[in-house]
Amino acid sequence: MGKSFRWYRKKVEKIEEAASPLNIVTYRKLVWIKFKTHRLALMGAVILILLVLFSFVGPLFTSVSYEDMDFGSIFSPPFTEGHFLGTDELGHDVLVRLMYGGRVSLFVGFVSALLTTIIGTAIGLFSGYYGSILDRLLMRFVDIMLSIPTLPILLTLTLVFGSGISGIILVLTVFGWMGVARLVRGLTLTIRESEYVVSAKAVGVRNLSVLFKHVLPNVLPVIIVSATLNVSYSILTESSLSYLGLGIQPPMPSWGNMLQKSMNYILGTAMGVTPWWLTFFPGMMIFFAVLNVNFLGDGLRDALDPKFTSHT
Amino acid sequence: MPETGSTALLEVKDLRKYFPIKSGFLIQRTVAQLKAVDGVSFAIDKGRTFGIVGESGCGKTTIGRTIIRLLNPTGGHILLEGQDIATLKERPLKDYRKKMQIVFQDPTSSLNPRMTVGQTLSEPLLFHEMVHSKKEAEERMSQLLSSVGLKPYHVDRYPHQFSGGQRQRIAIARAICVDPSLIVLDEPTSALDVSVQAQIIKLLKELQGKLNAGYIFISHNLSVVRYISDQVGIMYLGKMVEKGDTNEIFDKPEHPYSKALLAATPIPDPKTRRKRKELLTGQVPSPINRPSGCFFRTRCKYAMPACEKEYPEMVRIAEHHWVACHIYSLGEPDRIVEK
Repeated sequence: MGKSFRWYRKKVEKIEEAASPLNIVTYRKLVWIKFKTHRLALMGAVILILLVLFSFVGPLFTSVSYEDMDFGSIFSPPFTEGHFLGTDELGHDVLVRLMYGGRVSLFVGFVSALLTTIIGTAIGLFSGYYGSILDRLLMRFVDIMLSIPTLPILLTLTLVFGSGISGIILVLTVFGWMGVARLVRGLTLTIRESEYVVSAKAVGVRNLSVLFKHVLPNVLPVIIVSATLNVSYSILTESSLSYLGLGIQPPMPSWGNMLQKSMNYILGTAMGVTPWWLTFFPGMMIFFAVLNVNFLGDGLRDALDPKFTSHT
Repeated sequence: MPETGSTALLEVKDLRKYFPIKSGFLIQRTVAQLKAVDGVSFAIDKGRTFGIVGESGCGKTTIGRTIIRLLNPTGGHILLEGQDIATLKERPLKDYRKKMQIVFQDPTSSLNPRMTVGQTLSEPLLFHEMVHSKKEAEERMSQLLSSVGLKPYHVDRYPHQFSGGQRQRIAIARAICVDPSLIVLDEPTSALDVSVQAQIIKLLKELQGKLNAGYIFISHNLSVVRYISDQVGIMYLGKMVEKGDTNEIFDKPEHPYSKALLAATPIPDPKTRRKRKELLTGQVPSPINRPSGCFFRTRCKYAMPACEKEYPEMVRIAEHHWVACHIYSLGEPDRIVEK
C-alpha cells in the first residue's frame, strides 16, 4: 500500500492508543487528537487563522488607508510599484482594501452565523423538547418568517437600521435562524423519545438538565455543520446586499462589495486591459474563507463524535 | 399472590392509561381515546418477579412506563411500599424515582452515545446524592461495574465500544446504581442473541438475590418469562385476562386467549407439532375501537351471547389463579372441555 495508507494506520494507532484503558485521556484531549489528525480540518483552521491575521493585523503594517486614492495609477494591474495587487477605478489599493474588507466580511460572517445558530438552536430545542402548544406556536412563527418575502423587508430594514455592519448582522440574523430552528427541532423530536432520555427522566433528572446533557450534545454535529454553512451564507448574502446598495457602503470595503463593484468593469476594458484582478482577488478571498470554514466544521463534527475514530 | 395486605412492595389497582387522539390545526380536540391500559391490577412482593406477557400492542410497555411514572396514569392507584404515587407531582416523586428503575429493550438506544459509561452511571448517583465526592463516585462505579460483570476501567469508554450484551449490562448497572426496590425490565433480552440472553437473565436473577428488588418482567418470550417469573399476568388489548403463579398459568392456562398464546410457543419437536390445536385466527382488534363486551370474543371459539354484553370480571379460580372470562364468571367451565 501507498503512503496514504501508512498515514491512515498511524492515525488509527494514535487514536486507539489514546483510547486504551491503560492510557486514560480526557474527552477534550481525544477531541484534539482526532482534530489534529483530520488533515483538511487542520488546513481549514490554519488558513482561517491566516485570513483573520491578514484582515485584522495586516492593516497595522501599512500606512495606506482603504480610502486613499492614488489618482495617478487607476486600474494598475497587480505587481505595480507600490500596489502589490493593483488598484481599482478610483486608485484604491486592492491589497489594503482586501484587508479592511476581510474585517467586515469575516466579522459579519462569523457573528451573524453565531447569532443565527444560537437563536435557531434555542428555539428548535425548546420547541421540539417541550412540544404541544409551545411547539405549535413557535413553528407557525417559523412558517410566517419563512413566508415573508425577504427582499422588500430587507430594503425597509436596512433603511431603518442603516446599512452599517450591525444593521447587516441584525438583518441576516432575523431572517436566518429559521432553518437551524427547524433542523434542530426535528432532531430533538427524535432524541426526546430515545430511551436514554427516557432513562434520564426515570432517574428524575430535570428537563433543563436533560435538554443540555442529553439532547444538545446529540444535536451538536448538525448544529456545527449548519453553523459553518451559515458562515458561508452570511458572507455571500452580505455581497448580494452590497450589490443592491444595502450592504456595506463604499468607501468602506467588504469582499462582497468589492466583488460586486468589479462587475461593472469585468466585461469591458479599462485603460486598455480587462481589470480581472478586481474580481479575482475578492472572489478568491470569499472562496477560501467559505471553503475552509466548511472543512473546519467537518473536522470539528468528526472530532466531537466519540464514535468516529478513523477517517479513510 | 397478595391481592391486599401491606406486605406487597408494589400494588397496582385498576391502573388505566388512555392516550387521547387529537386532531385540529392550532386548537386540538380529542377525537378518540386509545385505551392502552384499562383497569389492570396486580401486586408484587419484595424479591419476586411478576411477568407480563402479551402480543405486540397489548399495553405491556405502557404498563411498565406508567408504573414508574414516565407516563401519567389516567386513573387507578400505584402503591409503592404503601404510598400511592399515581398522582404525585414531579417534586415529591423525586424520592420515589430512586426506588424504581427501568431497563429497556435495546441497549444501543438506551445509552447516550456521547456519554462515557462513567458519565452515564454518575448521573443518577449525583442526582440522588448517593455519592459525595469524586473518589466515592469512582469506587461506587467500579463496584457497580464488577457486579454486572464488567471491568472498572470500562468507566472511560463510550457505549459504541461495547457489544450488545455488555451494553445491556451497563444499562442494568445504571438501573441498580440507586438501589431501587422495583425494576421494570421492558423486554431486556429481546435485542440480544440467545447465548447472551441467558447470561443477562442469569445476571438479573443474581442481582435480584443481592438487592432483594421486585421485578416487573415484560416480554413476549414465553420461555424466558416462565424461567424468571414467580407470577405472570397475560394481557390482551389493555386488560389482564389471566394472572397467577407462573407454573400454574403455564401448565394449566384457563382463559381461551392464554391457551392459544401459550400453545403458540414453538415446540422443538416436529412430531408434537400436529397436536397443537388452539392457534389464534384473525387479527387483534384496534385498541381505539374495541369490540363490545369481552374484547377477545371476535377471536374466541367459545364465544357465547353473554360475551357480547359486558366485559367479564376477574374471578378467582384457585388460590393463586385469577381469570377474566365469562366461562368462569358464569360458572360454565365445562364448555371448554366439551369442544
